[in-house]
Amino acid sequence: MIGVGEKAPDFTLRNQDGEKVSLSDYAGRKVLLVFYPGDFSPVCGDQLSIYQEVKPEIEGRGVELVGVSVDSFFAHKAFQEKLGIDTTLLSDFEPKGEVARAYGSYLDAPLGFANRTLVLVDGDGRVAWTHESPNPGEFPGANVIFDALS
Amino acid sequence: MTDLGSAPIPPVGSDDHVTGEGDGGLIVYADLGCPRCAGAWGGLRERPGRLVFRHFPVASKHPRSPALHAAAEAAGLQGRFFEMVDSLYGDRGRVDDPHLWSRAEEFGLDLDRFETDRRSEPTAARIRRDFQSGIRAGVAGTPAVFDACTLLRDREREF
Repeated sequence: MIGVGEKAPDFTLRNQDGEKVSLSDYAGRKVLLVFYPGDFSPVCGDQLSIYQEVKPEIEGRGVELVGVSVDSFFAHKAFQEKLGIDTTLLSDFEPKGEVARAYGSYLDAPLGFANRTLVLVDGDGRVAWTHESPNPGEFPGANVIFDALS
Repeated sequence: MTDLGSAPIPPVGSDDHVTGEGDGGLIVYADLGCPRCAGAWGGLRERPGRLVFRHFPVASKHPRSPALHAAAEAAGLQGRFFEMVDSLYGDRGRVDDPHLWSRAEEFGLDLDRFETDRRSEPTAARIRRDFQSGIRAGVAGTPAVFDACTLLRDREREF
């Protein structure tokens, strides 16, 4: 897991609309990267739905919320529509999980996806806070995010 | 700015929605649009002891949830909260406004008052208060059931 104070590795991934998005696009703003195992799994759906409900409060604290998983951007679009969310979802698809690996979130084979990991990157591009779930089946409630932002 | 950081669930208060008898019992954060909640509701209702219902509508996932929670709250202002909740969970295919009016009539509610109350800011604030207390307690899916303020994992539940 990447450490607090380290430089957050830059990346360029496609969002749910196929547009390229880089971490450096968020320079000067805080961004909360939400690594999760995969679209359409029950737990991932719950996690992103709950976060969506408090997204205005997260944004009100000057933080952009961004989900990252190994799914394709086509899947992200369908997942976003199914959940009724507008959170940006980035596709860590090819090379598979490269960004998750760079942040120390990737779970190797036989799993082959990111663990549930939250990484808060500050406006200077440094890691300000992290949280890693004990296993992919558990996700941190939104309270944990607000604790970190307080 | 609203504090949504970690906090234990609030103790049962005088304006909580409570059914059953006793001091202990369960506190459930539930979404009236959630099929898992509907599936668990019958078992929760059949348990002996006190049951406290707290609102936890996840609107992005269940777009009708805010309206259903508001309807339950408005029914509660006329003493029919749990009748509305039972009915909404018991017939999930009838959740549009005409169905809510039909239920209100069935329960003998003053329909004009029901309409005013379910759209009022105090009703929205009451629902929001429950939701925010659930967020602060780490509710991460519904139904979230607490026994003496401790969240029960799915495997620990009998319903």
